[in-house]
Parts: sequence; structure tokens; C-alpha cells
Amino acid sequence: MKLKQLESLLGNLQQFDNPKIELEQYPTGAHIASRMLYTAENSYGDVSDKVVADFGCGCGTLGLAATLLDAEHVIGVDVDDDSLEIASINADDLEVEMGLIQCQINNLNWRGQIVDTVVMNPPFGTRKKGADMEFLSVALKVASQAVYSLHKTTTREHIKRAALRDYNASSAEVICEVHILIHILLLYHNFDMICQNYTNFTRKKTLILLWTYGDLFLNQNNNLLHEKDIDVDF
Amino acid sequence: MRLLTHNMLSSNIKGVINGFPLRIEVEKVIEKQVDFNPDFLKNMFSKIDWKALADASKIMGYAELPEEVPDASVLDSDEFLQKFHHALLELHLEEGALVCPETGRRFPVNKGIPNMLLHEDEV
Repeated sequence: MKLKQLESLLGNLQQFDNPKIELEQYPTGAHIASRMLYTAENSYGDVSDKVVADFGCGCGTLGLAATLLDAEHVIGVDVDDDSLEIASINADDLEVEMGLIQCQINNLNWRGQIVDTVVMNPPFGTRKKGADMEFLSVALKVASQAVYSLHKTTTREHIKRAALRDYNASSAEVICEVHILIHILLLYHNFDMICQNYTNFTRKKTLILLWTYGDLFLNQNNNLLHEKDIDVDF
Repeated sequence: MRLLTHNMLSSNIKGVINGFPLRIEVEKVIEKQVDFNPDFLKNMFSKIDWKALADASKIMGYAELPEEVPDASVLDSDEFLQKFHHALLELHLEEGALVCPETGRRFPVNKGIPNMLLHEDEV
């Protein structure tokens, strides 16, 4: 699927009617969601044929993007039943299957190494201090390969440090900075895990990160500067 | 809820040691066809808890899986993979409950969504 097609499908999804401020329910826009998952798939192979979990899935945008990119099994987790209902309607509209679970992220108790990839747009922790770190900590425990997460620019260094020091991430890279949306896309890769299968992957990945950063940089009109480059299959 | 999801969920109540697998109470099972992906199944075979899957699928009305962990050589059999595929990905618990094996606490499943929210005294 082309990036534009993915973005357009996600753009039609139903979003929150009445966002709950205490849960920091800001929607994940189709623009960033499509690029996040497209990069995860086309640069890192973390989506198709994988088991993907969407933490704090809200209306399901990220998880549904994963299903559209042929993830084999996608599970959205959210605490709020109104959100889960919208996510369920969105999945039906797209005619895809997305499993949903109502649970608090810090109370998840998942067995085994079944989940490959976690994608999430967690609360920034502006309402409940540390909520973003709780999400990260659990995500890095559950994912056997990678966590893709959106964070506020000002928490960037703190999050990188904590991921490496406290949560056993083997690397933490900023792969995309979207100034307009004050979001930063961080990528955590469990290199130990990946290196068992792809011995030369570490170095290759570092190069890709730099390149991706340039490719996804936005200008002031929120347009991608080098959009055509994203279709390049690397 | 697919049985693949069931295979990773465990009781999250504080203090529970043996919270896996959650016992299934069936009110309604539905089946949804999905594409057959043998490579995915072969990869999942080593990750899932076989007994939990076999027992769960039996409770859901599908008794085709062997009860004991089969030898990995079965992965060469298309017939086996088809059954594994059906149990893991096509059976859905639409209405019912998941029950903590240690405490008996019920987690209801409505419209295919398990409610694993804990009460204040359970965290």
C-alpha cells in the first residue's frame, strides 16, 4: 500500500466526540500515523506478518494502520470504553480485524514473547505525571522487537535516558521530528533480539535513521519536503 | 477475542501467582475467516502455550487440536497448520467471560472485548 492511500484511509476514521482531558485523549492525526507505521514497515519490517499492540489506542488509528499494512494480529488496549467502541466501529468500516482489550496499561500482565511491535501515542503525562513513562516501561517489556512511540519535544532527552538506563532498551533514536504537531517520533529497537537474526542490521539501521530524519522533515506549511523519497524502498 | 490474544492474557490481580491461563466461559463464539499464513503459524508455534490453546479451542467447540504439545515435525503438515490457523486466529469469543484460575474473579467479554479493568482493592 502506498503512503498516500494509507493516509487517506486513516483520514476517514471517526475520532473522539468528546475527548476526556484527564485521559489526554488527543487524536493521532492521519498524517503522522501513516508515516509512523509506513516507516516501521518499509524501513524496519516491523509490521507485516507481525503481532502488533497499540497501547492507549483511543479510536484505533495506529493499530488500524498496522492492520492495513498487513500485520497478522493487532491488539488495541485502552482504559476507556467510549474509545474502544469507536475503535471497533472504525475497524468494521475498514473491514479489518483488530482485537481490543479494556485495561490499564500499568496493569497489563501479558505472558511470553508473542508481541513483536508496540505502537503508541501515549499520554504526555501533563495530567497524570509519569503516565508517559508508565506506557514506555510496559511497552518495552511487552515488545520483543520494537516500540514506536510519540512524545513531546521537551521530554525527549529524559525519555531517551530513561529508556536506555531503566527500561532495557538497547537503543533509542529519534526518527522523525514533526515541529508543527510538537510531536517527536522515537524509535526503540531491541538490538540484541534483532541481531540474532540479522547480524548486519545494527549499522544499517543507524544509517537509515539519519536518512529518515531528513526525509520526514516538514516545512512550515506542514508539507513534507521530500515526499517522493519516502516511496523509495530501502 | 481471538485465542491468540487469550494465549497471552493472564490474571493481573495483585498477589495472584498462577494467573494463566484464564478459564473461558462461553456464551457466544463466532468465526471470522482470515488468510492462511503458514510462515506466521510456524513462527507462533514455539511462542504459544499449546495446552492453553488446545483447551481453549475445545471449550469454544473446536476439538481438532491434539491435547499434548505436538512434535515440531507436524509443522510440515498442511492439514495440521490449517487446524492450528483456525483455532488461533479464526475462532472468536464474542460474549462470555475470562475467569482467573486462582481467585475465580470473572473478567467479562462483551462484543469481543475483554474487560480487564481492576477494582481498587485488586491493584
